[in-house]
Amino acid sequence: MNKNKKINSVKPRSKNTSGGNSPIPSGVAKKLRSVYRVAAAVMIVLMFVLLATAMLGMPEIGDKNNPDNNEVARRYIENGLDETGAVNIVSGMILDYRAFDTFGESCVLFVATICVTIMLRIDGRGGEGDDEEAESDKKAFGIRQSAFAKLDSRNFEPENDTILKKSSLIVFPIIMVFGVYVILNGHISPGGGFSGGAILGAGFVLFLSAFGFNKTERFMNANTVRIITLIALLVYCLSKCYSFFTGANHLESGIPLGTPGAILSSGLILVLNICVGMVVACTMYSFYALVRRGRI
Amino acid sequence: MEFVRNFPFFSIMLCMFCAIICSVLRRKAAQYFTMIVLLAVMALSGVLLYFTYKTGGSFVYYMGHFPAPWGNEIRGGCLEAIFAYFISTVAFLSVLAGGKAIEYDIEDKKENLFFILVCLMTSSLLAMCYTNDLFTGYVFIEINTIAGCGLIMVRQIGKSIVTAIRYMVISMLGSGLFLIGVTLLYTLTGHLLMSNIQESVAALSGNGDYGMQLTIVIGLMTVGIAIKAGLFPFHLWIPDAYGQSNVVSSSLLSSTVSKGYIFLLIKVYFRTIGLDAIENSGVLYVCFSLGIVAMILGSVLALHEKSFRRMIAFSSIAQIGYIFMGIGIGTKEAVTAAIFHIFAHGLTKSLLFLSSSEFTEGSHSKSIDQLKGLGHKYRYSALCYSIGAFSIVGFPLLGGFISKLLLGGAAIGHGPMQWIALLALAISTILNAVYFLRTVVYLYIPKEHIAETDDTAELKDLAIGNNISGRNIKNTFKKHIAENKDADTLDIETSNNKNIHAGHDKEEMLNLLPGMHCPRFVIGITALVILNFVLGLCSGPIIDIIKQGLDVFD
Repeated sequence: MNKNKKINSVKPRSKNTSGGNSPIPSGVAKKLRSVYRVAAAVMIVLMFVLLATAMLGMPEIGDKNNPDNNEVARRYIENGLDETGAVNIVSGMILDYRAFDTFGESCVLFVATICVTIMLRIDGRGGEGDDEEAESDKKAFGIRQSAFAKLDSRNFEPENDTILKKSSLIVFPIIMVFGVYVILNGHISPGGGFSGGAILGAGFVLFLSAFGFNKTERFMNANTVRIITLIALLVYCLSKCYSFFTGANHLESGIPLGTPGAILSSGLILVLNICVGMVVACTMYSFYALVRRGRI
Repeated sequence: MEFVRNFPFFSIMLCMFCAIICSVLRRKAAQYFTMIVLLAVMALSGVLLYFTYKTGGSFVYYMGHFPAPWGNEIRGGCLEAIFAYFISTVAFLSVLAGGKAIEYDIEDKKENLFFILVCLMTSSLLAMCYTNDLFTGYVFIEINTIAGCGLIMVRQIGKSIVTAIRYMVISMLGSGLFLIGVTLLYTLTGHLLMSNIQESVAALSGNGDYGMQLTIVIGLMTVGIAIKAGLFPFHLWIPDAYGQSNVVSSSLLSSTVSKGYIFLLIKVYFRTIGLDAIENSGVLYVCFSLGIVAMILGSVLALHEKSFRRMIAFSSIAQIGYIFMGIGIGTKEAVTAAIFHIFAHGLTKSLLFLSSSEFTEGSHSKSIDQLKGLGHKYRYSALCYSIGAFSIVGFPLLGGFISKLLLGGAAIGHGPMQWIALLALAISTILNAVYFLRTVVYLYIPKEHIAETDDTAELKDLAIGNNISGRNIKNTFKKHIAENKDADTLDIETSNNKNIHAGHDKEEMLNLLPGMHCPRFVIGITALVILNFVLGLCSGPIIDIIKQGLDVFD
């Protein structure tokens, strides 16, 4: 009887939810589809022609009289070093002149992480409900829990690959040091938080593939990832708040710019680079872990 | 006053801060923290609105130590302030009234992630509203898009995930087109700051340079934003996105997210590129005609729709059409009317989604026929739903009436446009009345007139079955199997159900129904009803604020 009910309950629901789409005869649908394809092709060609003609009439790239060679770019290049203390002008631009945009970009990364987590993280049913509910859930989900247990025990541990292990033992420290170097030198040389963080993240992923979750979890687990991300984002947010607030109210920020070229220089840029680097590294690692086993 | 200038910055950063903190909070704590922050943002925007309206000007605010074309900048005026107030109010009331629906639809451990999305979405909308820089606008469009995907997906049933993917693809196309537009505009003018672009564009069109390129830029930006707002030929993602997601997400997406994009478009038209260049390009006619088509087509589609929540979603298409029609007429009165309609529609649509959540049992899609007689059971929410329906149809005393009146009044005196606009308004209003009042009538059908037999009892059973399977399917893993509809898995599911059936008696099973009715829900929808009446009865000051805001816009 229950079985019947279940089947009954599935059918009308699907009918209801797709109620608006009146069934189209398959012949007409085929014709519509071919019309649609032709229309799409025409649209693409049209867009291409339109954009190409627009581009042909645009100011020539590299011309010194171009409108974008104006006072904005000039000040970045001429005064960038004095005003931000960063030898790497790009770092100075994105983390000081236009820091609000970059803050937005890091939030893009943050929100993307959240969405991926919602999508991929496999949680058991929550432990906060009252006991009775938990009990009934246990009954109801008994089969599925065993399926999860199976999934968990699988854990996708690698086979004992000696070549991978030995070579990553050599490469892993170098990658880590290089990543830290790129982050810390973000304001002096090409690089910065995003690229350095990606290097660090790649290092963690390599370690994980070589030695498996058990060893990696000694220094990188859900808790560390959460705490590092929280602290980095908080420091980022608060330091930017401070700098925006003082800037807008014409107060002295009191943060020394230091001598350009030294590691400890260029004010907040170094701090921001470190924060961004940590967030990016954790994000890369957690994406990989989420895809592999459904939790960090 | 000096200190009040910090408020836009405070409200943006407060939301971001809340999002970061929410990542370590538990579900209840995250929910209350989010509500407190949204309330604080409401208060900040209210104070800002009071001061900007009283002093009647606008101000710019450095985001950092460097003045405008070099650093970032935001701008506040009374139009921005009232829009921010609107966004934070709707977000707060949605979270307040939809608390039960959130608890029901989302896995316990992922609830705090939902509130992160709500906070980030609110902060990006605020930033889009206050920004004075096109590229900042683009960055926050990006956050908004991804947060929107998350909001749709968070219900984690098969349909909502498919919908989220579709939304992502379509929306990314929109942001891509907008970004190309920004890049081309930067190459032509050398600026990203709105006021500087306006000067350069005025100079360019004075010399007659780059006319074709400017038109293409305007076209790309318009199409990009129209895709994201869901204007007529790009509306296909709307019904699923609003109909399949969680009620709170639907309410947020329909009343704030798409409106935020439209507000940005208004900023692009009247502040960035300037009315002259816009009028030369003829894009206003395109907006106008697409708006007209959307007004009628959206209503016709809603009329044919059988699923209740999708019907409400289809009516959004028509309402977006109204707004674009107002923008398309292009006069100050018409834009005022369009902005007023943004507020009226936003408040009404969230009222409709939230109040109907009680009789659709959370976020389930119910067919309109199943509504029969439910008004007697769920008295209060049916009453609020009816008020929302009256408002959207344009019943006097309510917000929808004033906005239609303003739109009609703004259309008069524009040659052939006025007849088209008035005719479309009339037809669309009649169609609105037909499909919305039909649901109201269904709700209040007397019990004896319902062809009773076993119908309702069976419905109840179906609802229970749906709910239980809804709980089962909460997990992607399970969902995947369930969708394959293996004979095996059906067996498993039925045996699961059997367990539950054995474990509880009927009474307890009825308790499994979401039961949206709680003090929070009542307060939330009552506040939305009151705001609808406020829009209808005290429209004068609000129109004044919008007009004054538009005056200081350029």
